[in-house]
Amino acid sequence: MEEKTSFWSRITFSDIVDWTLIPILMVGVVISVYIWLLLPIEPGSMEANIIGDPVSGFSNVWAAVLQHLKLIGISSVLAILAAVPAGILITREGFRDFADIILGVANFGQSVPSIAILALFMGIMGIGAPTAIFALWLYALLPIVRNTATGIDEVSADVIEAARGMGLTNRQILFDIELPLSFPVMFAGIRTASVINVGTAALGAFIGAGGLGNFIITGIPLSRERMILIGAILTAVMAVMVDWILGKIEDRLVFRRE
Amino acid sequence: MIKLEHVTKIYPGTTSPAVDDLSFTVPTGEICTIVGPSGCGKTTTMKMVNRLIEPTDGEIYVLNERGEMQNVLEMDPIILRRNIGYVIQQIGLFPHRTILQNMGTVPKLLEWDNTRIRSRAEELLDMMNMPHEFLDRYPHELSGGQRQRIGVARAMASDPPVMLMDEPFGAIDPINRNLLQNEFLRLQQEIKKTILFVTHDIDEAIKMGDKIAILNANGQLEQYDSPAKILSEPANEFIEDFVGADRTLKQLNLIRVEEVMDKKPFLLQSTQSVEEALKAMDEKGQDYAYVVDSDRRLQGYVSRKDLKGKSGWIDEYTTTAATSLPITMNLRDALSEMLMVDYSTICVVDNRDRVRGTVNTAMVQEALMETHSSERREEV
Repeated sequence: MEEKTSFWSRITFSDIVDWTLIPILMVGVVISVYIWLLLPIEPGSMEANIIGDPVSGFSNVWAAVLQHLKLIGISSVLAILAAVPAGILITREGFRDFADIILGVANFGQSVPSIAILALFMGIMGIGAPTAIFALWLYALLPIVRNTATGIDEVSADVIEAARGMGLTNRQILFDIELPLSFPVMFAGIRTASVINVGTAALGAFIGAGGLGNFIITGIPLSRERMILIGAILTAVMAVMVDWILGKIEDRLVFRRE
Repeated sequence: MIKLEHVTKIYPGTTSPAVDDLSFTVPTGEICTIVGPSGCGKTTTMKMVNRLIEPTDGEIYVLNERGEMQNVLEMDPIILRRNIGYVIQQIGLFPHRTILQNMGTVPKLLEWDNTRIRSRAEELLDMMNMPHEFLDRYPHELSGGQRQRIGVARAMASDPPVMLMDEPFGAIDPINRNLLQNEFLRLQQEIKKTILFVTHDIDEAIKMGDKIAILNANGQLEQYDSPAKILSEPANEFIEDFVGADRTLKQLNLIRVEEVMDKKPFLLQSTQSVEEALKAMDEKGQDYAYVVDSDRRLQGYVSRKDLKGKSGWIDEYTTTAATSLPITMNLRDALSEMLMVDYSTICVVDNRDRVRGTVNTAMVQEALMETHSSERREEV
């Protein structure tokens, strides 16, 4: 007979640490920043206009956080929607020859500095959030395309051969075998791209896309270190949390061999 | 039945065929092993049957469950493959699926319901002598030998009449390979599948095959015959070289202990008295005798020396015999057992441990002499 164990008795100390350490640390950082915001600010300064008094300052910061999430959220989702099919496509028979072209384009997007991409597309698309989202999208493509293709290529040829020999169709092999087995590598690409996007999105403020970068680029010319640090710290917190949340989703979804 | 007619495969970009004008028929319920040097096209031949590789020329027919000969080249390859069991050396179990899901792959494609798939999977585990707990395990939780058994079970899941096996036991250590081979042969007695079995190992080909097809390096069929014929009447020098100089010894693989053993051995009952036993041994002129119980189960042996001058029942003086041979064992394995123990005669027992006969090296030699002399007679 299998011993019945309740859900709670199976939770170990390391599980608790694993689930709470990062969030608690990050909440701690956010609370510290908030307390810091409450400290008196010289009235009439630019810093006050942006961060304002404790109450409206908080709402300004919150609006910037939401704008930042919007930039990375939309660009990442669109990048997944475009890059996963592209990654699958270049592993298909007959499209393998295009792998170099597609990876080349994605590589180009990745190797040009993000600030240059923003400047380039600002010239074409004008200023504002859509341009920033487009640039972030382009920037996120490569890791996802490459990892999707790598993940599929790494699926053991024996498993594919057994599947084909048992009469699975190409579509069944893709959806039932290749995608589930390549998911860990694919998801790692999505995770990397999303985390990189959080940092890159801070540059969006240069072309008027808003977000946490606003505090940084406004703070630098004014030498307001409080503003700069609020923008920088919250961007970092967001990057850590995006990574942590995606990591937890990965734990749930990804099949593990061991 | 699997029937190949003038099957040829020329890979694009090459001029010499990988498989050259191959014709042979595997009768229903038999195992045909395909063997040959590496690159002889044996795997290519096998894969053309389920059209993982398309033949350049020729026809391939397979007898389906309804007893009709079907031209596989006219069938939808997907449907064809679902009706042919397929086992490869690397097994190719799906690592993200449980054993149940793995074994249920083809039944699921054939739209069986879950209850039926589960009961079939349990049945297959029983056949493989594996516990039902395995159903919910993942492949990585099993040993190599267990995975290979699951690979074979998965191929049999929908009970296809025809199976293709590509070096199914090739990646397994020698001890387990022997075990799996024996298990599979026993299973085949019940399931009677028509099997094309690719191997590079001539010993395995001889052991597993009812028929052997030997290909040469150019993908041509050199000989297609029963193992006994191939060993006793190799068609040409190539076959002679390929089966090796020890082909007489290999013939021992084909003879079972049962065929050469002394079926009326001298045995003593454990309930006999020492006096009776000594008298019987004197009559037969034996210094040693095996002792069995009333069910003919082996108890051990006694020697005249131990009994001399004693009284009472012989079971008091019986020494346990460490070795006995199963009646189905082939002579080669039996001979190797015999050479390892220091008694000259060994008991042969059936699957219920009852003594059915005894065998010694002289009997093995006699059997060898017979195959030799019959060979010579045929030559003359």
